Amino acid sequence: MNGRYLATRLAHSVFVVWAAYTFSFVVLYLVPGDPVEMMVSNGGVISVTSEQIAELRAEFGVDQSPPAQYLTNLWHAVHLDFGRSLQRGQPALDIIAGAVAPTVALAGAAIVLAVTVGWALALWATLTRVRWMQRLVLLLPALGVAVPSFWIGLVLLQVLSFRWHVLPAFGDDGPRGLVLPTVTLAVPTAAFLSRMLAQSLSRVLADPHVTTARAKGLGRWRIHLHHALRNALPPVLAVAGVLVGNLLAGSVVVETVFSRPGLGRVVETAVTSKDIPVVQALVVLFAIVFVTVNLLADLAHHLLDPRVTLAGPRNG
Amino acid sequence: MSGTMTVGEALGERHRAGMVRRGREIGGGLLRQPMLAASAVVVAVAVAAALAPGAFTGSDPLQVRPAAKLHPPDSAHLFGTDQLGRDLFARVVHGAGLSLSCAVIAVLVGLVGGSLVGLVAGFAGGPLDAAIMRAVDVLLAVPSLLLATTLVTAFGFGPAQTAFAVGTSSIAAFARLVRAEVMRVREQAYVEAALAAGARHLTVLRRHVLPHTGGAVFALAALEFGGAILAVSALGFLGFGAQPPSPEWGALIADGRGYLDTAWWMTAAPGLAVVLTVLALNRISQAFESPPVPRR
Repeated sequence: MNGRYLATRLAHSVFVVWAAYTFSFVVLYLVPGDPVEMMVSNGGVISVTSEQIAELRAEFGVDQSPPAQYLTNLWHAVHLDFGRSLQRGQPALDIIAGAVAPTVALAGAAIVLAVTVGWALALWATLTRVRWMQRLVLLLPALGVAVPSFWIGLVLLQVLSFRWHVLPAFGDDGPRGLVLPTVTLAVPTAAFLSRMLAQSLSRVLADPHVTTARAKGLGRWRIHLHHALRNALPPVLAVAGVLVGNLLAGSVVVETVFSRPGLGRVVETAVTSKDIPVVQALVVLFAIVFVTVNLLADLAHHLLDPRVTLAGPRNG
Repeated sequence: MSGTMTVGEALGERHRAGMVRRGREIGGGLLRQPMLAASAVVVAVAVAAALAPGAFTGSDPLQVRPAAKLHPPDSAHLFGTDQLGRDLFARVVHGAGLSLSCAVIAVLVGLVGGSLVGLVAGFAGGPLDAAIMRAVDVLLAVPSLLLATTLVTAFGFGPAQTAFAVGTSSIAAFARLVRAEVMRVREQAYVEAALAAGARHLTVLRRHVLPHTGGAVFALAALEFGGAILAVSALGFLGFGAQPPSPEWGALIADGRGYLDTAWWMTAAPGLAVVLTVLALNRISQAFESPPVPRR
C-alpha cells in the first residue's frame, strides 16, 4: 500500500467520472439539438410561453455556444449543481438525495443475498462429487441469467402475494415488503456470481498447489476454503464494479414492478419526462459508485494476494 | 483430361470433403447433446415466427374483441386473450418479429462498432490503443441499462431507438474481446511472416487476423444476442420501446402487470417466450465457446 499508487488510482477514478460527465453532456445536451425544446415538448411542463422558453434557454445556457455551455455546466457540476429538474423545479441533486435511502436499503439487502446464494451455489457445485448433482446445481445460474428480472418479480407477486397471500404486494412498509423486491433484484447477480465463481474455482482446483494439499491429506473443505477460494476470487473482484452497477441499475425495473420509491423510479420518471438534468446527475452518480467499488475491489485484491504489486491502474 | 483433376478442382474437392466432415461432426454433436439440439430448435422456431408469423397463427394480433376479453387459455386461444380480447398467442408470435429484429440490430451495432474499435486498438497498439481503451472503460463505468435509458432520452422512444441504445451499451464488451483476440493473433509467426513478406497492414488484418478472431467473437455475439433480447424487453417493459398497440415481448409483459390477480397468462406467455429464447441462445453461445470435451 503506497501513497503514490493511491494517488494514481484516485486520479484515474476522477478521470472516469469526468469522462462519464462529458459523455452524458454530449448525448443529452448536444445530440437532441435543442434540449429545452425536447423537454418542453415532452409534457414536462404543460403550457409554456415563448418568454418562458427563452428563460429556460438562458437557465440551461442553450443560447451559448456548445463549448461555453459545456464549461459552464461542468463548473456548476463540480460545485454539485446539475441544474434544476424541469419537471419538479427542485435541484436535480435534491431529488436524487431524497430517493437514495430506499434504494440503498433494497440494493444492500440484494447484494448480501446475491453474494450468499452465489457463493453457496458455487461451493456446492464444486464440492459435490455426484456428477448429476453438480449439473443440476449449475443449471440454476444458467436459468437465472436468462430470465428477465421484471418477469421474476411479476411471477413472485402473482404466486406469493395474490395466490397465497404470504407477502405484501406493494409498498415499502417494513422488512416484509422488502423480501420480494430483494429476491427479484438479487437473482441476476447471484446467477452471474455463482457461474463465475464456480468456473474460477474449478480452474484453481486443477492447480498443482491443490494437488499438493490433497497429497498432504487435507480435507476437501479445508482445501476449498483455505487453498482454492482465495485464489479463485480475483477474477470475481475484477468485475465487482460492473456487478454492483448493474444491480443498482436493476432497481429501475424492480422498483417499477413493486411500485416502490427510490433511485430506480427517479430514473424511470426522468427518462419518461426527458428531465435532462436529473438523468445526467444519475449517470455521474453511477460512475462514482463504479469507480468507488472498483477501488475497494483493488484494495481487497491486494489484501488477498500481496504479490499483486499495485503498480498501475488496471481499469475503472 | 481423362480422369485427372486440375489443382483447382482437387482443392475444391478437398474443401467439399472438409465441409461434409464438419457438417457430420456438428450433426453428431447435436445428437449427443440433446439440450443443444433442443436449443437449436427453439431458436429456429423463434426465427421462423419472426419471419413468417402467418404460418403459426391466422389471428390478427391487433384485432379487438371486447366480448372475448381476459379469456383463459383454451383450444381456440392457445395463450388466452388480453384485456381487449386480442389473441395473446397471435400477439406473442407477431411480437417475435419486433423483439428479435431489435435484438439483431442491437447485436450488429455492438459487433460492428466494437469490432472496429477493437481492431484499430489491437492492431495499432501504443498510445492510440491506450487512448481508445480508456474511452471504452468509461462506457463500462455506466451500467448498461442506465446507458441505454440515457441514449433513449436523447434519441426518443421507439423500437429502433431502443435497439440502437442497447447495441451501443454492448460496444465495450465487443471492443475488449476483439482487441484481446487481435493482440493474441498478431503475435503469431504467420502474421509476422506476412508483414515481413511485404503485405499491407489492411491485407494482413483481413486475410490473417480477422478469420482467427471469429470463434470467440461469435460466442460473444450469441451471448449478447440473448442479453439484447433481455435488455430490449426491459426497455419495452418500462414503456421506452415499441409503443402500443404493436406487440413486443417486454411491452406484452407490462400489459399483463395490471391483471396479475385475474389473468396470469398475460404475463406468463410472453415471459416464457423471452426465457426460452434467451436460454437457448445462451446454450448455443456456450457451444461456440468450448468445443465438446471428450469424456475421460
